[in-house]
Parts: sequence; C-alpha cells; structure tokens
Amino acid sequence: MLLPGSDILVKTLIDEGCDTVFGYPGGQILNVYDSLYTHQDKINHVLAAHEQGAAHAADGYARTTGKVGVVISTSGPGATNLVTGIATAYLDSIPLVAICGNVPTTQIGSDSFQEIDITGVTLPITKHNYFVSRVEDLADTIRDAFRLAKSGRPGPVLIDVPKDVQIAECEYEPSEPVGKEPCYAAKDSRIEEAAEHINACKRPFIYFGGGLISAAAQEEMLELADKIDAPIGCSLMGLSAIPTAHPRFLGMQGMHGHYASSMAMHKADLIISLGVRFNDRVTGNRSKFAVGAKIIHIDVDGSELSKTVSAVCGLRGDVKMTLQKLIPLVKECKKPDWADNVALFRKQEEGYLDNRVGLTPRQAILTLNKHLGDNTAVCTDVGQHQMWSAQTLCFKTPRRFVSSGGLGTMGFGLGAAIGAAYGTGERSVLVTGDGSFGMNLNELATAVRYNVPIVVLIMNNGVLGMVRQWQTLFYNKHYSNTVLQRKTDFTALAKAFGADGEAVSTVQELDDALGRAFDSNGPYVVDCRIDKDEFVLPMLPPGGSMDDIITSLEGLK
Amino acid sequence: MIIHTVAVLVNNKFGVLNRVTSLFRRRQFNIRALTVSETENSELSRITVVFEGEENAKQQLVNQLYKLPDVCSIKEFSEDNSVSCELLLIKMLNDSKTRDDIKDAADAFGAVTVDYSKDYIVFRVADTTRRIDDFINIMKDYKILEICRTGNVSLEKSSTTIRQVINF
Repeated sequence: MLLPGSDILVKTLIDEGCDTVFGYPGGQILNVYDSLYTHQDKINHVLAAHEQGAAHAADGYARTTGKVGVVISTSGPGATNLVTGIATAYLDSIPLVAICGNVPTTQIGSDSFQEIDITGVTLPITKHNYFVSRVEDLADTIRDAFRLAKSGRPGPVLIDVPKDVQIAECEYEPSEPVGKEPCYAAKDSRIEEAAEHINACKRPFIYFGGGLISAAAQEEMLELADKIDAPIGCSLMGLSAIPTAHPRFLGMQGMHGHYASSMAMHKADLIISLGVRFNDRVTGNRSKFAVGAKIIHIDVDGSELSKTVSAVCGLRGDVKMTLQKLIPLVKECKKPDWADNVALFRKQEEGYLDNRVGLTPRQAILTLNKHLGDNTAVCTDVGQHQMWSAQTLCFKTPRRFVSSGGLGTMGFGLGAAIGAAYGTGERSVLVTGDGSFGMNLNELATAVRYNVPIVVLIMNNGVLGMVRQWQTLFYNKHYSNTVLQRKTDFTALAKAFGADGEAVSTVQELDDALGRAFDSNGPYVVDCRIDKDEFVLPMLPPGGSMDDIITSLEGLK
Repeated sequence: MIIHTVAVLVNNKFGVLNRVTSLFRRRQFNIRALTVSETENSELSRITVVFEGEENAKQQLVNQLYKLPDVCSIKEFSEDNSVSCELLLIKMLNDSKTRDDIKDAADAFGAVTVDYSKDYIVFRVADTTRRIDDFINIMKDYKILEICRTGNVSLEKSSTTIRQVINF
C-alpha cells in the first residue's frame, strides 16, 4: 500500500500498540497531525499546554504502564522544549519515544526557520536517536526505536523526521509489534560466586531500585529475602515495587531515607543490590559508605557495575532471570541476631518520627494516605514535598509512585500526573510544592480540557523549602532567593483554569477537602498551608556518612 | 595516567564518530590521536583512539561505548599483544648548513624524502609512535616548518579479529 510518510508514522505507532500519545503541533509536524486526525478512531492524541508537559505526560504514562510513552512535537523550539522531559526519562531509565518534525532535508543545515539540530542536542540524553532521511526507512526506524526504548535498561529514543519525509510516499507493510531484545541471566560462574558470598554472610541487606520494577522481579526478590532472612530497602526509584507494609521492607534509604533502612545498609556485611545505582544521594561520602559490607550488584546494564562503589561480585544480566538461578544456590538460613539488630533500628526510627499534631507535612501525607485507593498513582515534583511523600506514602501496587529521581526535575509532576491518569485509567494524585507547581502549572489547562481527574496537593510554604533547608544548615541562614513572596491564590488560579480548588490550614480541613477532591470529576487543587521552617528529616549531610545523620531539629535552627 | 589504545568497530554512517567521541568528552578524556577509516567490510568503520586516563575510568568508558547501538565491537591494545604504526609527514627548512645532518638522521630512521626544493624538504616516516617521537625530537635541533601525524593504528598479533570480540 503506497502511503505518505506521515500515515506510515501513525500506522506504525498503532502497530506498536500505542493508543495514547502526547504532544503539541507546529509547522514542521503538520502532516503527522493530519494523519493523527484521520486515524483518531485508533489513536488518541492528548494536546498539552507546552511540549515539556507533553514529554512528562508520556513519561508518567510509561512509568505507570510499563509501556513505551510517546511524545510528538514540531521542530526547533518544540523539539528543544522536550529536552528536560527526555533527560528526566533518561536519568530514570524510562522507555520513551520522542518524535519531532524538522525542516525539509533540502534545508537541513541552513539555519532555516525553526530548524534545530535536535539529534545533536539530545545525543547525551537519549539511548539513541535517529534522523530519518528517506521515507523508506521510516517504519523500520520507528520499530527500532520502540525496541531500543524498552530493551535492556530502558530509556528514551528520539526520531527526527523532516517534513519532506512526512510527505514522500512509499510502500507500507503492516507488522507485528516489535518485542524486547532477548535478555539473559548473568554468567553461571558469577552466580555461583554470588551464592558463596550470600551463604557466608551474617548481616545481608537487599537493596533494590527502579531496575527491579522494570524486570518485574519482586517475587524473586522476596523469595530470596525470606530464604536468607534479609531486610529490604530501596532507592527512591524503587518505591511502590513491593507493598510499603511488607514486614521485611524498611523503606527508602539514603540522604532522606528511613533511619532503619539506612542504618541496616550501613551495618550490613553484604549488600545485595538489584537494579539500582549507587548515586551520591544514596551513599553520601563513598569512602565511609557501608565500610563493613561487600557488595553484590546485579544489573542489566554492565556499565553500572563498580561505577561508583566497587562490587566484590558484579553480575550483568536480567535481574529476574539471574535471581531465579541464584535462589536455588543459596542456603536457607535464619539470622536471629541480625533480625534483632534490625528490629532495634526500627524501634529507634519510631523514636525519631515526627508525631507533632497539627498540619505538619507528615500529618498531611498521612491524611492523604487515607484517601488513596490501592491502584492510585501518586506523582510528585521535586523538593521537600517529594521526600515527605517518599517517606510516608503507603503503596500497595507497583508502578504507583511517579517521581523524578535522577534528574530531580521541578515541574515534572503535573504533566506526569496527567500521563499517569491515562496510564492507569484512574484518578491520579500530584503532591507538589508551591515552587515546583509554579514551574509548569500551565498543564492545568490540559487536565481541565480533557477532564482528567487529578488531585493536586500543594504543600504551600511560600519558600523553596529544600534549598532553604540547606541554607539554614550550611549557608548561615542566608535565604538567598528562596523566599517566594508571591501572592498567588492557588484556589482562584485553579478556578481561572476551569478547575476547582480550596485552601486548607488544619488536618480536618485537609481531610474534608481531599474527600471533595477525590469525589470530583476533573482536576482539583488543594492548597495546603504548611510552615516554612519544616525540615526533611532524617538527613545525611552531603558528603557525610551515617555517623553524621541528623535525626532531630534540636539545636539545629 | 596510563595511555590506552582502543579500536572501536562501528557502523559506517554519518554521526557515528560524533557519538563515540562524545563519550570521551563526557568523561573528560583528552584524545591524543584518532583515526577513522572504512574496513574490509564497507558497512563498518574502524575508529582507533589513543587517550590517557585512569584504568577504572577507561573501563567505564569501554562499558559505555558498548551501549551505543552503532558500536559493534571494541578491542583494547597493549604493546605486547599488537602491532601498531603511524605515519608522519614533516616539512624541514632546507638550509645548506644543516642539510647533511638532517639527511643523516632521516636515513637512520628510514624516512623517505617525498618532496624536495631549495627552501624545504618533506620526509615521510611510518613507524611506531615512540620512534616517530624520537625522530621529531632530533629534528627539533633544526628548523621544523610543519608536522602532520595520522595517529596510531593497531592490529592484534593473532589470527583473531576485532569482529570476533564478544562483550560478555
């Protein structure tokens, strides 16, 4: 069948099982939008307010479904507006395909109107990118992009499609969706080596990240944990993989992690790491990080092994398949002394919990927990609210915590929450701060237009709280440009966008407002007033170790 | 700092060199020498890079290179396991006072005179990087007008080839 490139592009997306795409039209992608118009019965396009919002929405869709998210933009500024969204997906290994228009091939390189070298710009923030020069290559390029985005360690792939390639015609052959590239367990010799370390250890700690969710290896991990009697902790990206209430789960560890989780990792003699990186936010000072522990590191991406901390045993392979081979080799063993230690850490942590009454950040998140369904996706922006959410939210279902971990993108959340609502087919929640929300609140227009049910909980303290916290602790309380002094009325703002909202200043008001918000049809903004001097605790000071952990505000401020 | 020589077999397409060198830039490795050329298979190109860096950082770089879809295989070379060669063209001032000394040194290094005029002489040397360095050092006693070196190319001392390297 002879078809123009634009139709081939849209049909190939449909072939790949793509039913929802996010984007924003423009001059050099007009033909693709024309094809989206004629195929709207098969593929749904969600028009964002800004390309960045569209990219975050595609990302939120991918994170909640495990499918490849797709975002479409025009050339030039449309393409550059995607950059933060693509980088966010790259740092968190999220499968994303970004499709940009470009000026016709005859004009490439001549600084035409709205021309940008987007493959050059996105080179370091994509797994790979393509410039399609011939319409004959278009369908296969899209298929390659999908395969790459979801294979191995997932990530974003960009396809740059000049306008003349969208117009030119060629034969189109429908095709089955491409699969993932085959994955393998790690080498047997390495697995045996890992089993020896595990069988010899006395204080094991299992530490997992987003890679465990991509590999869907939760069951295997829990089986291993039971067999060797190990506590479990995770990175920010690992949250929601297993139920928060699981008895072996100590929560997120790291700079603002749970005391018990960080402490167990610090005191362990063996850290079994599954699909997780040892980012600086995780380790603090690497020379003082878990000095008594050997590290076994299983990751599908070999370049992560011994990248920042050296592993005694690095296993490159699919986490699920590797665990399946590893489990039979480890001996079942109870470790009552270690379990007692861990129980003590938990007890100490309880002592550090912030049990103040009133509308504290913790009480706000605890109140939100009461309203969450088992399947509700909670998205966040970046800052104090993100850490409070990570510490206190209660999850039951995997892929229901959506947060920018690696890049730390303020302004990520609202777009992601729109994508998450499409991905889950349910109401999503955005926990944000007044700073983060201010960055991309234009996407409220999108949520209103499509009547996307989103509960937006703004932890409004009038300051850039996380940066301010550092200024309090490390910059002599020089509050340089972190006091917002804005007069934004978020309730009125929500209403101006056509959404609904209200402001609250007590726990009871918050509870009632959330009740209304969760009953509402479309987006609902709850402006939750909290104190500007609230801290995220515990805190491992940057470059510090567990010996330097700050657990209380006494004597700090 | 250790000097590393790495050959990277890549798809012979536009932009691939940029993808490869971009990783060196990201890790802040300075490239000492770089050669790129088509191979026995016209769909593949061979990039030979000489750079300095710590062992760990080099290993990271190699691991990252393997993640590029356009990279087919990678081979690291040491002096023991490889034959290496580079090409030098050197343009000397032709002065009657130094001419004989220059020509003696050139003979000793097996340099070929590829151009000659009353003002200048151009020699060509194909040898190891060290021998070429030595030759240039001697020529520094005279008036060097211009130098151009190709950078190192290396092949493994074995019947196996870079195509047979499997990353696992």
